[in-house]
Amino acid sequence: MTSDDLTRITVKEALRLLRLGTISSADLVTAHVERIERLDSKVKAYLRFTPELWEKQAAEADRKLRAGAGGPLAGIPMAVKDVLCVQGVETTAGSQILKGYRPPYTATAVQRLFEAGAVMIGVTNCDEFAMGSSTENSSYFPTRNPWDLARVPGGSSGGSAAAVAAGEAMIALGTDTGGSIRQPAALCGVVGMKPTYGRVSRYGLIAFASSLDQIGPFARSVDDAAVVLSVMSGLDALDSTSADRAPMEVLNSFDRGVKGMRLGLPREYYEVEGVEPGVKAAIDAALVVLQKEGAEIVDVSLPHSDYGLAAYYIIAPAECSSNLARFDGVKYGLSEVDARNITDLYMHTRRKGFGAEVRRRVMLGTYALSSGYYDAYYLKAQKVRTLIKRDFDEAFQKCDAIVSATSPTVAFPLGAKTQDPLAMYLNDVLTLGGNLAGLPGISVPCGTSDGLPVGLQVLGPQWGENVVLRVARAYEEASEIKPEVADVA
Amino acid sequence: MSPSTSGAPRHLPAEREGAWEVVIGMEVHVQPKTRSKMFCGCAVAPLNAPPNTYTCEVCLGMPGVLPAINIAAVEACLKTALALSCEIPRHTKFDRKNYMYPDLPKGYQISQYDLPMSVNGHIEVGGRTVRIRRVHLEEDTGKLVHAGDKLHRAWESYVDLNRAGVPLMEIVSEPDLRSADEARDYAMELRTVLRNIGASEADMEKGQMRVEPNISVRKVGSSGLGVKTELKNINSFRALHRAISYEVARHVEVLQSGGAVVQETRGWSEDEQRTFSQRSKEFAEDYRYFPEPDLPPLELDRAWIEELRRNLPELPAVTRAALEKELPAAVAALIGESRDLTELYRQTIARGASSTATANWIVNEVAPSGKIPSPDNLAELVRFLEDGAITRDQGREVLAESVETGRTPAEIVAEHGFRQTSDPSELLVIAEAVIDANPKAASDYRAGKTQAIYVLVKDFRARAPQANPKVANELLTKLLS
Amino acid sequence: MPLSKDEVRHVALLARLGLEPGEEELYAEQLSGILGHIDRLQKLNTDDIAPTAQVVEVASRLRDDEPRASLSQAEALANAPAQHDGFFRVPSIQEEA
Ligand SMILES: [Mg+2]
Ligand SMILES: [Zn+2]
Repeated sequence: MTSDDLTRITVKEALRLLRLGTISSADLVTAHVERIERLDSKVKAYLRFTPELWEKQAAEADRKLRAGAGGPLAGIPMAVKDVLCVQGVETTAGSQILKGYRPPYTATAVQRLFEAGAVMIGVTNCDEFAMGSSTENSSYFPTRNPWDLARVPGGSSGGSAAAVAAGEAMIALGTDTGGSIRQPAALCGVVGMKPTYGRVSRYGLIAFASSLDQIGPFARSVDDAAVVLSVMSGLDALDSTSADRAPMEVLNSFDRGVKGMRLGLPREYYEVEGVEPGVKAAIDAALVVLQKEGAEIVDVSLPHSDYGLAAYYIIAPAECSSNLARFDGVKYGLSEVDARNITDLYMHTRRKGFGAEVRRRVMLGTYALSSGYYDAYYLKAQKVRTLIKRDFDEAFQKCDAIVSATSPTVAFPLGAKTQDPLAMYLNDVLTLGGNLAGLPGISVPCGTSDGLPVGLQVLGPQWGENVVLRVARAYEEASEIKPEVADVA
Repeated sequence: MSPSTSGAPRHLPAEREGAWEVVIGMEVHVQPKTRSKMFCGCAVAPLNAPPNTYTCEVCLGMPGVLPAINIAAVEACLKTALALSCEIPRHTKFDRKNYMYPDLPKGYQISQYDLPMSVNGHIEVGGRTVRIRRVHLEEDTGKLVHAGDKLHRAWESYVDLNRAGVPLMEIVSEPDLRSADEARDYAMELRTVLRNIGASEADMEKGQMRVEPNISVRKVGSSGLGVKTELKNINSFRALHRAISYEVARHVEVLQSGGAVVQETRGWSEDEQRTFSQRSKEFAEDYRYFPEPDLPPLELDRAWIEELRRNLPELPAVTRAALEKELPAAVAALIGESRDLTELYRQTIARGASSTATANWIVNEVAPSGKIPSPDNLAELVRFLEDGAITRDQGREVLAESVETGRTPAEIVAEHGFRQTSDPSELLVIAEAVIDANPKAASDYRAGKTQAIYVLVKDFRARAPQANPKVANELLTKLLS
Repeated sequence: MPLSKDEVRHVALLARLGLEPGEEELYAEQLSGILGHIDRLQKLNTDDIAPTAQVVEVASRLRDDEPRASLSQAEALANAPAQHDGFFRVPSIQEEA
């Protein structure tokens, strides 16, 4: 098998070869670095690379593997989104305001992956502070879709999705606040999963919207995503919102097949405005596959879906307006420290340091929380959030999991939506409900439309990761569609 | 000058001056006794620690960090609430108070807004009931140092975040206080309670207790409230009293000259002994409170609260009342002030020592020295003194030594051969020697200058420390008459 | 409801966001557009609906009062844009107008 082939195999296969001693972690890393050197100047998935880490971690993994030891991800090359803190590694949330910032600590989720043997290759590009759906809001450069370099990879975790799709990493971490893992996974033709809120510790995740953010994996198979998730999950004393549940033992606790399962098809999602015919066709085909496997497709309704986007665009900006107040030019990052007084320091630092979309949302959130508007906007949105959660609770009375398209459209050309914020926000209509309700959700490749990947979204009830993974894997096995590495042209 | 907003008529006739009622409410921030900070594992910095040596990613407000609530801070807050007879609701939560300032690393303070830890309490101060509106938990800010000089405005400031994230209890009273004296007594009573229940050291000089009175005046008889001002940077009870007195006079002056009091925060200048207007932190004060999404709401365990209630020590007011049954009010107050002295007193008299003598020795000797003897030893000492076995002077030595060494008064008295002689035949010789040695004093006394006796008594004590002063006195006066 | 230039200016000040010349109009227009969509929330009757601040039920958690090591002064200041004798340095906070 050639070195390049090593960038096309799954984690499962790689671990088999590593344990057999056929290959070493160093080989895997080399293969990925070579591919990065060949392709990333086009794809631009990475912001930075971490050779000192990959050398140390690969050597450590090989030492353990030779001793017959090594964790569940020993020696596996991994990419990390720029919003997850890694001690000593520049972490900027895709923003100028954090240029040069090196955290003194490592995010819990990343730490757990390091302990499981994962090898960090580099830091991936994303929309600034994870605010966006195309990675065009990165303050550094846009990332390209490996399947068509003229198109976006989706976002905000576009760099991580593109890295896995292009064979520049075997697995990658993303964060999902309104669809930021699932939507880029769909547009890049890889598997991406958002866990139940509280399943994975947020400690070390640079917050966008604290009550919605979750960390999740990108991979090229459902099993691979499941391993990464199971390693990251579980209670963390440093995150008071992380659930006190035993870490998932996914691999041996989710059964195969969907025989007899009821899969809900929300008409509001199926008929969502702006859904492309090609996407609809791919979803219809996927539903047929699942039916053939013995699943029953049942109609369900999420009557408040029309209000999801509105509620989301109050709650998320409100929380972000507060979360981003710490970027004041005093303790770290960009600073107009020679301003003539403290207010100028704030105004100038934040004007220069934040991009247009971040400032738009900070203003929207500040407005929604300001006196006189709190009840009309923030409180109202929280009440609507209750209604949306109820919709899902009732739907899950009728079905085991909910299926839909992940995104109404396939990857769109760069620049197509940058002038119209609302049009950009509409990318997330099918995913943000899962964040508002705290549900686990996954996107698996389900064919193409005009040669571009389409994603099938599976949503489960809170803590129903195993149900979601079961449906996704059953589909993956039954369909002819296997996640592939893009031949970047 | 803008028209009066308090309804006070212009040009008050002289006889109406002083016909004002003072209305004071207090906001007190207290640092609960904890080892670590409110939301992170940093130790609470000692006073004068080098800047930024007690910080971590959490209290520095680094990107990605999250808070974790310190149970000891919650416990101290609950004990305080219970001691102030507050209600403790079933549901409480933390909220974000948003404003940007260099001493506030996250750009928001984690505090409590609409569901505080406790509400509706009260405390008795000098016969007046002061209602407590709420006691809640929050985090402290860092410290700012300004570089500059008196003439020119500061050109830059320095930030030390050692204090950032230190726990604070905020105790808010209703405007039930009516004078600077009452306000000071309230603050002192609060300190006594906090120390007695072990919730806080409450040392104002160390910044563990910060008192912010809000003051307004109104015409006697009127029920509405005047425009209030809030006073900051007060760091002693003395300063509290002076600041309020100054501010009350200022309000009355403004109103009587037909002006209007401006609602604002004013600082107290210890150097200039006056209050001055402070510029507000925000252009527009709009804190945009909202529920802290990083902390689940607290459902406090009722069994835990009941246990805290049961284990709450006797409150100072109750202690004083009990002591006043046996002792003069002043003495009772002095002893009741401190749990240690109260315990010492109670256990000593429980060992049969007379209450008056015990109280006097505690107030005059033990309290000033700050060194607490064992009740057994104090009881024994008091008995020696009551039996007239040793003199007061000897008693002082015995007390000091037994506190130092822990040895019993009996041992010490024996070792030093302390005793008190009351036998006239033994002391007569000395009395005669004293008179011979001080002919002038003797003649003066005979001539009617009775105070001359003290010269003789002094010499008597020098020659015979063991002598019973009373007997010695009688002998001298007898010989001289 | 649409946002006026004055409201944009006020909100930007609250948020301590400096605006480039001409941005007041831009944001007034864009934010008004977004709020136009958001205003559909007002059509829903939510009188007896409880708000959801946190969507997953997590039990109250209290941390033991155990101190752990802090960062060194050098580590704390490692990312500081400006420092002075172990302090973070900032411009004058005396004047704010
Ligand atoms: Mg306060
Ligand atoms: Zn700390």
